[in-house]
Amino acid sequence: MSPFLRDVARNQLAAAGFVAVAILALVAIFAPWIAPSPPDRIDASNVLAAPDRAHPLGTDELGRDVASRMIYGARISLAVGFVAVGIAVAIGIAIGALAGYYGGWVDAVAMRFTDIMLCFPTFFLILAVIAYLNPSIWNIMIVIGITSWMGVARLVRAEFLSLKEREFVVAARAQGVGDARIIFRHILPNAMAPVYVSAILGVAGAVLVESSLSFLGLGVPPPTPSWGNILTAGKDNIEIAWWLSLYPGFAILITVLGYNLLGEGIRDALDPRLREGRGRRA
Amino acid sequence: MRAGPCLRPVGPLSCARRPRPFRPRIQNRSGTLFAYLAKRLLFMLPLLLGITLISFAVIHLAPGSTVDLETSMNPRVSAEARERLRHLYGLDQPLHVQYGRWLKRLATLDLGESFAPDHRPVKDKILERIPVTLTIELLALGLIFAVAVPLGVASAVRQYSLFDKISTVVVFVGFAIPTFWLALLLMILFGVKLGWLPISGIRSLDHDSLSAAGKIADYARHLALPVFLSAFGGLAGLSRYMRSNMLEVIRQDYITTARAKGLPENDVIYRHALRNALLPVVTILGLSLPALIGGAVIFESIFAIPGMGQLFYQGVLARDYPLIMGILVIGAVLTLVGNLLADICYALVDPRIRVGG
Repeated sequence: MSPFLRDVARNQLAAAGFVAVAILALVAIFAPWIAPSPPDRIDASNVLAAPDRAHPLGTDELGRDVASRMIYGARISLAVGFVAVGIAVAIGIAIGALAGYYGGWVDAVAMRFTDIMLCFPTFFLILAVIAYLNPSIWNIMIVIGITSWMGVARLVRAEFLSLKEREFVVAARAQGVGDARIIFRHILPNAMAPVYVSAILGVAGAVLVESSLSFLGLGVPPPTPSWGNILTAGKDNIEIAWWLSLYPGFAILITVLGYNLLGEGIRDALDPRLREGRGRRA
Repeated sequence: MRAGPCLRPVGPLSCARRPRPFRPRIQNRSGTLFAYLAKRLLFMLPLLLGITLISFAVIHLAPGSTVDLETSMNPRVSAEARERLRHLYGLDQPLHVQYGRWLKRLATLDLGESFAPDHRPVKDKILERIPVTLTIELLALGLIFAVAVPLGVASAVRQYSLFDKISTVVVFVGFAIPTFWLALLLMILFGVKLGWLPISGIRSLDHDSLSAAGKIADYARHLALPVFLSAFGGLAGLSRYMRSNMLEVIRQDYITTARAKGLPENDVIYRHALRNALLPVVTILGLSLPALIGGAVIFESIFAIPGMGQLFYQGVLARDYPLIMGILVIGAVLTLVGNLLADICYALVDPRIRVGG
């Protein structure tokens, strides 16, 4: 296969990821119009019904339509994913930029702090913080955000370290431009490419963490439809209702896969070293 | 900067992308493994201190003190009694004094008493759970290593072959599968539909009446799914990492040399390339420890395995703060120890690390 075709094949994977991500976003936005019934409508005569024409993905232990709950669940997953990653990226940029730009003891302190945070088993840290807070969707977003900024901080710091020596930054400084303006207007825009990739991959991670937490009963509190919550019901009824366990997990899989493929595709396109490694000379 | 005259034919290793020549760093010939170790241990101290500082901050930033928790259920507790309790726990002291005391107790592994009705020391509760979790994690690490390395090598050697493509897709899906979902599906398949494997605990009810071999088989049947699931996430990552390492190594000059002097391809791959590609894997295994330990919470609570993860989960549900903090600190320290072990292994197999850095 020629290198060109290989590239197309790779881009197709990224394109498939983009399609998955776009469809999920549309489903989440238009949930009220797509869902066959309201996600909270209880139907006591139809408890744990197997998938059929009326309920294409079956019903749960309260007779609620699983398909509708999953469609609304997409909203929760994506909202948590985006807000959590937004928080993580904001913290990561702040710490990474300060460390990389000022260097010296600021850098030493910031990076040791980052190393220490990386020592904690992430899931333990998240659970420990959650133990002190009331489980709510906002708390979940905040907790995931403040425990996953370390990668972004390291990336941003590395970019700043190399960018701050470049001529355009030196020129800006020679003209008397202030530190804040150099950081935000001159360096940061040039340091964002790897951050975007990391953020897209981060959404996948945050969706996984949110569903794990909800599955353990420590995430989004129950009446709210979330994929992890439906899976908890699946576990409780594992001997009788396989559909509760199968479909929500599939939705998580597609979401995470979609964001991962999209992120990796963008990373490859941005990184000329990798492209060369695949046999194409720029 | 221009490269020197290029005598080799233009190919995948043309001058344009010649890898940097390998220069062993031998400034410090007296460097020994011991000195290296001592230095690493010294670097660990501030990290250790930082871990305790953050853990302590998490305890104290949280709304509601221990005393409130113990007395809020009982309206008859007077303000004086509350003060006495605060004094008893040292909560009336300034924060740095409290931190010093906590650190001193931590140094003797005194993690306090559990809030649970049994009021046992947290240390004992954790210690009796650690062997189960460690056994599963070590088995999982072994499984990851045994499967991921051959898989990565096979993919790299036959880059872009059908095998490589299939394994790439499998790896991507493996990355994305929520482990707890896979656990549910496997429980349904092997536990409920086929009835081959038990789906909870680590031993059967009749375990004590079994023969020695039967006991081992009983453990194996109970641990099969948890170990597989624990390994699953790391498997995808490591095989991918192994593949890219191997791809990098087989483009090096010394591999071309080995081929040029007529070594059989198997020798080139397994003796010359594999050894060099394996080195960074050791570090990655060490770095994957936090994820493994963190994952234990999920599958131990799914499979009702009496390990540290389940203990932690129960602690979180019951808001058993001394227990939570104890496990958090121990989990972080275990991670640190894992990284140190990985560094030692790395230094053992790669003399450059010892002499140079």
